Amino acid sequence: MALTLEEVQKVAHLARLTLAPDELIIMQGQLSGILDYISMLNELELADVPPTTQVTDLHNVLRADTVRPSLPRDDVLANAPQQQDGMFRVKAIFDENA
Amino acid sequence: MTELHTLTIAEARALLDSGEITSEALTESCFERIAAVENQVRAFLDITEELALEQARQADLERQSGGARSALHGIPLAIKDVISTKGVTTTCGSKMLENYVPPFDATAMARLNAAGAVMLGKLNCDEFAMGSSTENSAFFATHNPWDTARVPGGSSGGSAAAVAAMEALGALGSDTGGSVRQPAALCGVTGLKPTYGRVSRYGLVAFGSSLDQIGPLAWTARDCAIILGAIAGHDPLDATSAPEPVPDYLAALDGNLAGLRIGVPREYFVEGMQPGVEATVRAAIAALKDQGAQIVEISLPHTRYALPVYYIIAPAEASANLARFDGVRYGVQSEGDDYWQTLANTRGQNFGPEVRRRIMLGTYALSAGYYDAYYKRAQQVRTLIRRDFQQAFAEVDLIAAPTAPSVAFKIGEHNDDPLAMYLEDVCTLPASIAGVPGLVVPCGFSEHMPVGLQLIGRPFDEATLLRAGDAFQHATDWHKRRPAL
Repeated sequence: MALTLEEVQKVAHLARLTLAPDELIIMQGQLSGILDYISMLNELELADVPPTTQVTDLHNVLRADTVRPSLPRDDVLANAPQQQDGMFRVKAIFDENA
Repeated sequence: MTELHTLTIAEARALLDSGEITSEALTESCFERIAAVENQVRAFLDITEELALEQARQADLERQSGGARSALHGIPLAIKDVISTKGVTTTCGSKMLENYVPPFDATAMARLNAAGAVMLGKLNCDEFAMGSSTENSAFFATHNPWDTARVPGGSSGGSAAAVAAMEALGALGSDTGGSVRQPAALCGVTGLKPTYGRVSRYGLVAFGSSLDQIGPLAWTARDCAIILGAIAGHDPLDATSAPEPVPDYLAALDGNLAGLRIGVPREYFVEGMQPGVEATVRAAIAALKDQGAQIVEISLPHTRYALPVYYIIAPAEASANLARFDGVRYGVQSEGDDYWQTLANTRGQNFGPEVRRRIMLGTYALSAGYYDAYYKRAQQVRTLIRRDFQQAFAEVDLIAAPTAPSVAFKIGEHNDDPLAMYLEDVCTLPASIAGVPGLVVPCGFSEHMPVGLQLIGRPFDEATLLRAGDAFQHATDWHKRRPAL
């Protein structure tokens, strides 16, 4: 199944990946090839087959609702590219003028 | 005395117990070996010599005063760099996490620490464990100790190469679709992917959450049994870890195969398999028969669908898991004009090509309008693959099969064709998809390169796998062959 360049761009946007124009074209070819291969699954009649979402057969795993210490804030912030006043620093998400 | 770094874990343990060697001398021997061969092998991303020698001296002191904590007390091991190590950089082979220092230990790591193991350092791998050659590491390729022009396999290529090069007595790897088993085969060492849920995934940087398992690599099945015994068991921090009791794996190693029914699935001898690999694996199966196992041909009819199922499920789960890398809380950040541009630049510039490709594939498979056609369909076929194994294990105790269709290939050989690289995993994917355990033992050579026999077992029956692998290693000496580095 061949993907269009527009579809590849849309997926890159959904995945929040900046891809260079030439990489979009390479990706278009490679993804189309892989999807072609994957289409072999269409050979199978699956109407009565339930999906397997996980293989543990465990359901509704619960734990006691007890308080336990979390990681110290400084340890967690130590890996942040930008921090300020004991918090992660990010660029504004909302445009105040919009 | 033999050079200490060449010992197996069981041999080293006996010498430590009898007081003939110290952990410090053993650990120093590993670092001397690393100094001698690492420039050819390049298995390590980080060597923690100071920490290791301190752990070794501590182990020696404790052993003198109170005896050994465990079979791993004072044993030098190395850890794949997708497993979180508190205070020690954990990069996942990615530029994204080049400077990331976890504030906590993975449960498997914490359990090795509690057992008193010595950590030599962190091992190279394909970026975020995505690959079959370790060429996808953002830092450098690892070389196969048997022929340094060839790949060690992947994604746990650093783990397999470090053991094969005798730089470490054992290692932890992780296996999502074959990432412990295929490099073990290509480097001529023993490797185990446990049952899904057998070992906690807490602190294993997530790739495909319904598939990922941490597993040991070492020279022998016995050594893998020792490591598995230390890391297995329920963990409240991983809701998918199994509450099943952990048996005494060493007690299961009776050297006996008599009465065991072993199935050989005809579908695993795939078209395009190298004749030398097939002949070597068939000879190993004949050796199992000579030891008293009953060999029966079986069919796992949906084997050929494992690859397409995997390349939907694993990338889909990866695309969700890797959404966390936003350049805000950890990892690197690549500036853009606004928040969204910064996010997309961070991810576009710091994930490597294979990781970007899998995120794209997974995002597409989960996107509106395609979910039923891809992800749900793959999960339905996953049911069929699982049923294949359930039916087979009603008849046989174990399955014996090849691990990979070829011996280690040349570095750069599969660079331009992702699908050709994916085909490397065709024999290991079904057990991953079904969640059942797989053990690889060295079983001979083809073109002067190692070949591995894959044994697949019932869920949570690692004991029988290890027993069969150990018995095979009583009758053969392939696990005693060492590369001439």
